[in-house]
Amino acid sequence: MGRYVIRRLLQMVPVFLGTTFLIFIMVYALGDPVLAFFGDRTPDDATLAAKRHELGLDKPMWEQYVTYMGNVFTGDFGTAFNGQKVTELMGHAFPITIRLTLVAITIEIVFGVGLGLLAGLRRGRIADSSTLIFTLIVISIPTFVTGYLLQYFLAVEWKVIDPAVSADANFSELIVPGFVLAGVSLAYVTRLTRTSIVENLRADYLRTAVAKGLPRRRVITVHLLRNSLIPVVTHLGTDLGLLMGGALVTERIFNIQGVGFQLWNGVLRQNSQTVVGFVTILVLIFLLANLLVDLLYAVLDPRIRYA
Amino acid sequence: MRGSTRAKWVVSAAVIALAATACGGGGDDDGDNESKGGSEGKNANSAGVVRAYWTDPQNPLEPANTNEVQGGKVMDMIFTKLMEYDPKTGEAFEANAEKITSTDSQTFTVKLKSGWTFADGTPVTAKNYVDAWNYGALLDNAQANAYFFSDIEGYDAVHPEEEGAKATAKTMSGLKVVDESTFTVKLKQKFSTWPKRLGYTAYAPLPDAFFKDKANYLKKPFGNGPYKVDSYTKGQGMKLSVNDKYALEKPKNGGVELKVYTDNTTAYSDLLAGNLDILDGLPASSLQNVETDLNGRYINQPAGILQTVSFPFYDKKWDQKKTLKVRQGLSMAIDRKAITENIFSNTRTPAKDWTSPVLGESGGFSQDMCGEYCEYNPEKAKQLIEEGGGIPGGTVTLTSNVDTGSHKDWMDAVCNSINKVMGSEKACLVKSVGTFGDFRNQAAGHEMSGMFRSGWQMDYPLIDNFLTPLYKTNASSNDGLYSNKEFDKLIDQANAEPDYAKAIKLYQDAEKIVAQEIPAITLWYQNGDAGYSDKVDNVTLDPFSVPVFTDITVKS
Repeated sequence: MGRYVIRRLLQMVPVFLGTTFLIFIMVYALGDPVLAFFGDRTPDDATLAAKRHELGLDKPMWEQYVTYMGNVFTGDFGTAFNGQKVTELMGHAFPITIRLTLVAITIEIVFGVGLGLLAGLRRGRIADSSTLIFTLIVISIPTFVTGYLLQYFLAVEWKVIDPAVSADANFSELIVPGFVLAGVSLAYVTRLTRTSIVENLRADYLRTAVAKGLPRRRVITVHLLRNSLIPVVTHLGTDLGLLMGGALVTERIFNIQGVGFQLWNGVLRQNSQTVVGFVTILVLIFLLANLLVDLLYAVLDPRIRYA
Repeated sequence: MRGSTRAKWVVSAAVIALAATACGGGGDDDGDNESKGGSEGKNANSAGVVRAYWTDPQNPLEPANTNEVQGGKVMDMIFTKLMEYDPKTGEAFEANAEKITSTDSQTFTVKLKSGWTFADGTPVTAKNYVDAWNYGALLDNAQANAYFFSDIEGYDAVHPEEEGAKATAKTMSGLKVVDESTFTVKLKQKFSTWPKRLGYTAYAPLPDAFFKDKANYLKKPFGNGPYKVDSYTKGQGMKLSVNDKYALEKPKNGGVELKVYTDNTTAYSDLLAGNLDILDGLPASSLQNVETDLNGRYINQPAGILQTVSFPFYDKKWDQKKTLKVRQGLSMAIDRKAITENIFSNTRTPAKDWTSPVLGESGGFSQDMCGEYCEYNPEKAKQLIEEGGGIPGGTVTLTSNVDTGSHKDWMDAVCNSINKVMGSEKACLVKSVGTFGDFRNQAAGHEMSGMFRSGWQMDYPLIDNFLTPLYKTNASSNDGLYSNKEFDKLIDQANAEPDYAKAIKLYQDAEKIVAQEIPAITLWYQNGDAGYSDKVDNVTLDPFSVPVFTDITVKS
């Protein structure tokens, strides 16, 4: 198993190089970002050339890429156009987004698995049907609608929370945004858990466990739930990456200056250094989350072994 | 046993994952320490501080590099220039300058008021101005506002225009320090109204600290203005307090806290919830209900912003002479009134000239400059376009970036209006460009094949700023490459005319040529709008649609 982990970690190197290169090309292909600095006024050619030189954009693309990657390996991710170090931006944005993701994932696990378990155990009864209807509603409403509605009612009308999250973005401020962010995935987790539970309820090993006379609690937690969670864990693993990079809508609504917002800013200002830097870290997170999921399989299902 | 080894591997993989994210979080420390300043006072309205909306400025905060509103807000608060503009009338008056005199409209002697200091206690001297201007003009510094020094003698040596050229001097020969509080400026040619533009951000003085350690200065910039920066965390916010050493009337509040928002809709919710005092630039979605939402605490007034669409005269199809009638007709085919009412809820006013109402009649604004070409007249429009040989190629495109504002909405409406007049679905087609940068590349690279947006936000409230940069041959924002010798001549005459009223008249004569030839269709004057909370009073907007922070009072 140790060799397996090492092999997987080594595989990440080419993936890492490939993605950074692709992203770099893509941002480069967006065109020359320099003119946008000058608003509606076109500066003279000399000023443009000087600005390009200042930002290192006057060199050919491959040279820019090589310089950039060289710097990345020494921990220097370059500078955003407003003069701020990209590492500084990351240092601020990633902890916030990680907190938001943790809140969202926790909500997904607690409510998603809980509701799924409830619905699965009471298949066909009122708890089951109402869960199904609830998840259907949640899936069909876009995030920005729930976001703005919750913000309007909770913050403006009833004044339970502040509409905008402060720059520190504490856990307590992130609960409502976390619910909005978790919404859709929560519905999927619920349905996934429910199906899995219903299926496993008919499994032989479960009948055996019941027949052995094990207490119901032990049957459900150790035998039923543990086996039913395998597909859910896969879903949560990929979700982790999605939540971190794709929280743009929620982040904008609630004024959370996290990864999604910085990426959006970077793309809008065509700043390759910001975009490539953030995406690179996101790629790493994605890869590691996938590895964790694969390893968790083995813990959940003893039949799976890695060599 | 087997289970526990597995668990061990999971744990170690998790550790690696955490380590990797920790790498990404490098530099976390200083970021967090600084953040303390920007985020406090969320609920407390301590000591009369005004909490205002802000977004992250695009460039570092230095005067000659700040050319957009958000950076300009800060520059206005921490710097007072030689001249300033009256927030109500837009008229220029001497601020840091005692007087600016000239006998020949070409060499100006600037005398500074005595006793002025920067926030760090060092005196404001003539040298601070001359050094700052030389810094802003020098090519090596690649400052966005270098253009504003181009009328000064010796500019070409410090800032040659050709790509790859090197500066041959470090300082402009036209600037000379006479003594501690006096300096002279020699211009390339006569320019009587030149001193009136000295209220623009680019002309601010810079303290010695800037030249000693620029990187350090930019972390917490300071100047000779009414406020000083207490803390500044990029991307999060800035806290300013009253500059005790300020020489003119001190601000009527205890300070300003600028809060960075990801989205102005969120800021609007924060304003409604009482966590924000001033929001300038209201989200379009709020305009319908803003009066009732805010109980009348809402400002909507003309600002020095004009929206136009230009024609690409570099394209053979759009020959300047041959398509004259088509341009006139297109201008008449746009129902400005309906669009400003329906799409902008009257936060725009149909344009009647190529300047702005904030100039006032005495400053050159005129209600009857455009005349019938700005009136919606479907029959006459169609007739003119057909007389002019029809729309070149049968279709005209209208291009703009659509990442900000409601550009897509009004473009659709304008094209709709033209299509209705022409009775064809394809007479006008909207072409959206994703980012402002890409749009500017196409416009400045002369790649347009049809009409394109060419909005103008004034730098200083003078009529020449609405004409020279946009329509003079080879001017910096003349993206359509319009050229008219008569126009150029009148502008030169106006610049040289020492009598202000006569100069305005000459500028207007030049504008009349624009009104006849329509190198750009004038659409509407953009208003500045703002909403404010019930905790503040005396909120006004200046002609640049920036809140007049010094006048705002905070209720206790």
